[in-house]
Amino acid sequence: MNKLLVSTTVNGDPQQFLCDPDTSLLDALREEMDLTGSKEGCGSGDCGACTVVLDGKMVCACLVLAPEAEGRQVSTIEGVAEGGQLHPIQRQFLEHGALQCGFCTPGFIVASKALLDHNPEPSETEVRYWLAGNLCRCTGYDKIVRAVMDAAAELRQDRRTAA
Amino acid sequence: MSSPAYHAPETIEQAVALLAGDAGARPLAGGTDLIVQMRSGRNAPSAIVDLKRIAGLSGIRALPGGGFAIGAATACTSLKDDAALAAAWPGVVEAANLIGSVQVRNRATMAGNLCNASPAADSVPALVAAGATCLVAGPNGEREVPVEAIPASPGRTSLAPGEVVIEIRLPAQLGGDAYLRSIPRTEMDIAVVGAGVSLVLDAGGVCTSARVAIGAVAPTVVLVEAAGTALVGTRFDDAALEAAADAVRAACKPIDDKRGTAEYRTAMAGVLVKRTVRIALERAHNNQGRSQA
Repeated sequence: MNKLLVSTTVNGDPQQFLCDPDTSLLDALREEMDLTGSKEGCGSGDCGACTVVLDGKMVCACLVLAPEAEGRQVSTIEGVAEGGQLHPIQRQFLEHGALQCGFCTPGFIVASKALLDHNPEPSETEVRYWLAGNLCRCTGYDKIVRAVMDAAAELRQDRRTAA
Repeated sequence: MSSPAYHAPETIEQAVALLAGDAGARPLAGGTDLIVQMRSGRNAPSAIVDLKRIAGLSGIRALPGGGFAIGAATACTSLKDDAALAAAWPGVVEAANLIGSVQVRNRATMAGNLCNASPAADSVPALVAAGATCLVAGPNGEREVPVEAIPASPGRTSLAPGEVVIEIRLPAQLGGDAYLRSIPRTEMDIAVVGAGVSLVLDAGGVCTSARVAIGAVAPTVVLVEAAGTALVGTRFDDAALEAAADAVRAACKPIDDKRGTAEYRTAMAGVLVKRTVRIALERAHNNQGRSQA
């Protein structure tokens, strides 16, 4: 089977790669583009460790075929920080100790950012339901939820200051 | 295992030609079932026909007369974003948004949920209760069939070779609908029992039409006509609800598995149907209030 040439945009940068038609977007990101922040936990859409944003919607990159990304916009964990400046969600995860092994963290950060990008003031219940597709076997989730709530508050404050 | 071919046709005709020309080809909408099955080796298509580049297959159109046409590639979360659809058919929209996680629902479609033909598919009992139909395209043109005619057995559909569901159609809402499922958790699980109900009332609150469909308790989702009949002509008194629950329990042919025993599923189906009827009834009353205001 011939490889397919896929042209897409990842974190604002144009990217081209060759892949087998059934390569997952996750494998293409990790192996063709060296963007290894997105992790494979389950490979079946249950754990959320591979969460990326595809044309504005968060999805499991393991359940997207790489050729589907042709002409689309992909955002990954690598695009969350601005240069050396951590995103408030990333900083709050550190401050709250919302991780231990860290394997799930990129997925949680991308999913949390997707929530706060369209809902700046979520309730704790909304945060918990939104993150139901992200599994963490270390933290028990409470620290993650508190980090997201505090990041939301910080981002609201930043917006008020900027206004 | 060799990699399948990947096609992204731009018209329905091209998609049908690709599917009809290769018995091993499978349509791809959200991929949340197909890709999982490919990874596990349960499904090894020779070609993948991505429906998402076909104009008109992603999105919701209002139909003349108050119904809705939902393109086969429309993600479940997009249904919530359509205020008119969510107001008219909350049971259908809620059912579709119980599937998996937000990540999954941003990809998964109701047409895919239907054609994956799981007995536990959450959106299907709600669609069947709603009286939804689907538009099927194939080598011999298009045909419109009731949603309940698509699943044949677990994992199998009645679609002929080369056929693909391209649209799901909901009629105008004349009453109220609801869907509930029973799962051991609050999120991210597969229905042990699911119940979809759609009701129409007259001005006096008497039921003039009722459709009840149940999931995860038989090889396919079942439209329980006797349960609807038990409600028609009543004001949903306890005896009517119990008669509907009896009809539902009689229609259950469940399996025992790790999620629940056959006995539990059957008992729970009766409980769930009564709860679902009460929600659909409240919505039908609210809709009546709105239309008279």
